[in-house]
Amino acid sequence: MSKPESDANSIDPVTIFAALGDETRATLVRRLSDGRPQSISQLGEGLDLTRQGVTKHLRVLQRAGLVVSNRHGREMQFVFVPSSIHEVQDYLKEVSAKWDAALSRLKSFVEDPRH
Amino acid sequence: MQDYIEKTINLAAPLSKVWHALADHVSFGAWFRADISGPFVIDAVLQGATTSPDYDCMTWEMVVKRLEPQRVFAFEWRDVGSTEPATRVTFQLEEISTGTRLTITESGFSALSESRRLEMFRENTKGWEEQARNITTYVEARI
Repeated sequence: MSKPESDANSIDPVTIFAALGDETRATLVRRLSDGRPQSISQLGEGLDLTRQGVTKHLRVLQRAGLVVSNRHGREMQFVFVPSSIHEVQDYLKEVSAKWDAALSRLKSFVEDPRH
Repeated sequence: MQDYIEKTINLAAPLSKVWHALADHVSFGAWFRADISGPFVIDAVLQGATTSPDYDCMTWEMVVKRLEPQRVFAFEWRDVGSTEPATRVTFQLEEISTGTRLTITESGFSALSESRRLEMFRENTKGWEEQARNITTYVEARI
């Protein structure tokens, strides 16, 4: 079974999965998930990371389309993009549909007395 | 966020028959609609290719991870030449009064760690260079 291809002009779900597959980045996304724009120092609070480290993780999230940044005065702020998660959900739905089809073929196969 | 798929199906067939349909690579290929390059043996690195006319021919590499007769069959797979992470597919069987209950999970969409990936292909000396290239591509795509 092949993994479904993603839309050419959208971000690859695998990039999103990979971005979220890191504990720190998952924490940053959770902190942003209420939709409030937050600064790098707000996001890094309580994390054992330098400002530079936080920025690096935010850039990965940005490339995956999970967050966008805006300049707010002298400060850079980051906002969560909820629609990015839909890519991932659609991808899982396609994989799921392929398993439904495969399992229905398995059912016919094992319930057929000729096999 | 959920990053796995789980499905349960009740089959009106005895456990031994369902096990055979999963663990025998020829039977597996028959219902899955694929050619599998060899028997399912723990740590064997196998190639699979779709035989369904409904899809373009896709090839993947799979490594058998668990083979516990009539109970659990699991493998990890990834599309050949793809930078996607490998995912793990697990079939679990349970005897019920009407036949067999099968639960299938596919997990690992949020990417296996690099060490797991290296471990996965450690035994595969033949395809090693190709895998190393794939891993490099994958790692570079991530950073």
